[in-house]
Amino acid sequence: MTGFWTLFYKEFLRFWKVAFQTVAAPVLTALLYLLIFGHVLDDHVRVHGVQYTSFLIPGLVMMQVLQNAFANSSSSLIQAKITGSIVFVLLPPIPYSAFFVAYVLAAVVRGLMVGVGVLLATVWFAEITVVSPLWILVFSITGGAMFGALGMIAGIWAEKFDQLAAFQNFLIMPLTMLSGVFYSIYTLPTFWQGVSHYNPVFYMIDGFRYGFFGVSDVPPQSSLLVVAACFAVVSLLTLQLLKSGWKLRA
Amino acid sequence: MTPAVAIVDVVKHFGTLKALDGVSLSIEQGEFFGLLGQNGAGKTTLISSLAGLVRPDAGRLSVLGYDVIRDFRDARRRLGVVPQELVFDPFFNVRETLQIQSGYFGIRKNDDWIDEILHHLDLTGKASVNMRRLSGGMKRRVLVAQALVHKPPVIVLDEPTAGVDVELRQGLWQFVRRLNAEGHTIILTTHYLEEAENLCGRIALMKQGRILALDTTANLMAAHPGGTLEDVFVRTMQQ
Ligand SMILES: Nc1ncnc2c1ncn2[C@@H]1O[C@H](COP(=O)(O)OP(=O)(O)OP(=O)(O)O)[C@@H](O)[C@H]1O
Ligand SMILES: [Mg+2]
Repeated sequence: MTGFWTLFYKEFLRFWKVAFQTVAAPVLTALLYLLIFGHVLDDHVRVHGVQYTSFLIPGLVMMQVLQNAFANSSSSLIQAKITGSIVFVLLPPIPYSAFFVAYVLAAVVRGLMVGVGVLLATVWFAEITVVSPLWILVFSITGGAMFGALGMIAGIWAEKFDQLAAFQNFLIMPLTMLSGVFYSIYTLPTFWQGVSHYNPVFYMIDGFRYGFFGVSDVPPQSSLLVVAACFAVVSLLTLQLLKSGWKLRA
Repeated sequence: MTPAVAIVDVVKHFGTLKALDGVSLSIEQGEFFGLLGQNGAGKTTLISSLAGLVRPDAGRLSVLGYDVIRDFRDARRRLGVVPQELVFDPFFNVRETLQIQSGYFGIRKNDDWIDEILHHLDLTGKASVNMRRLSGGMKRRVLVAQALVHKPPVIVLDEPTAGVDVELRQGLWQFVRRLNAEGHTIILTTHYLEEAENLCGRIALMKQGRILALDTTANLMAAHPGGTLEDVFVRTMQQ
């Protein structure tokens, strides 16, 4: 267990020592989104009967949880691979399952810290209710964990920073932006509503939002099932990659 | 007695290149063993295979009887490797680096031993300096220290003295000799042949992924009376 906790602690320190970039900066980004979109749309749009800014805030929180969880594990692995310091974690007798959990847990912690930061920074701009803190917690943790695991896959796969950036720009960004952060999918044409239902992030944000307002496009139980299933698939894949040593052990 | 290291018929390709071409080697516990050869001979690939960093295409390797793939946890606990590349984690200072490395090996409180290693490697004054701010030779010493945090019975040093000043080189060899006298098995690669001549009891000479010669240092030298290890090396490589 010491090996696991040390790896987790190292991963935690790695972002905490540069918290200004890894925690404060994403909070500022979310705040800018809120100021711009909230300012433009607040008077005109209501979603699920709530004011647009109130609707937007949980979406922004979740988006930053997911993106930062992804950024944490992926950037840690690619940096270690490129500098060669990955050997320090490959030489010790750490089982690959502990390796997986340590990286994912650190990613979740970073995601949650950014999420709390975004919430604290934005809560002053609109009325926010909390109907069910448990759903909020459940979706932020499972969502963060899934993106932490995706980040591991990306970090293991990528050999250069631009490959990682491509993964981020062509997969992670569209998945998170086109998931109902900025709108309810029921305002979309039927076709795009259908497409959105194939995006797992839609369920994460929808379920997360349910925790605040008690209303959602899909029942949170169903969303949780979808998210848990996706997390299971991504985790099994990551564990398999680690076990095989793909791109980590030549 | 179980050999410290047993290597049987190991083959490793990188694309079409045969980096290891059927290497077999057994190193007894307590040996001070030299692995020599030209650039690209396959020394680092062999060491990496032993450490689980490289997966051989064929053959088996074990550390104190533990297979490096099947029993990887037991094998790695008994092995300390100083990598050839000068790598470091820029987020931490020297002491943190060593504490973290201890933790990876399951050791929680290791400061007494860390202090001792720091002392022998002349790093005590640098304990709280960030890795980024160390000179190349000092980074190399930290790499040596990192390989020793878990007191491994088998220690592999892949060119530990490249870029290290004379004074420290002597200090390092004194320390490594002491570890060897205490029973640690030492495996060393170096391009400074006089170092190998002075330190190693047995030597393997490698070329293009094969072992060309394997004998005690004394026997190797005796085959070329009056010559140095460098003469032996040059003649063997010309075969
Ligand atoms: N990851 C890799 N991918 C492709 N080729 C590799 C890789 N690692 C090593 N090689 C090749 O395998 C051969 C053996 O390399 P290795 O590093 O084992 O040599 P070495 O004996 O340690 O040399 P040196 O004395 O220069 O350190 C070389 O031809 C090298 O180019
Ligand atoms: Mg080498």
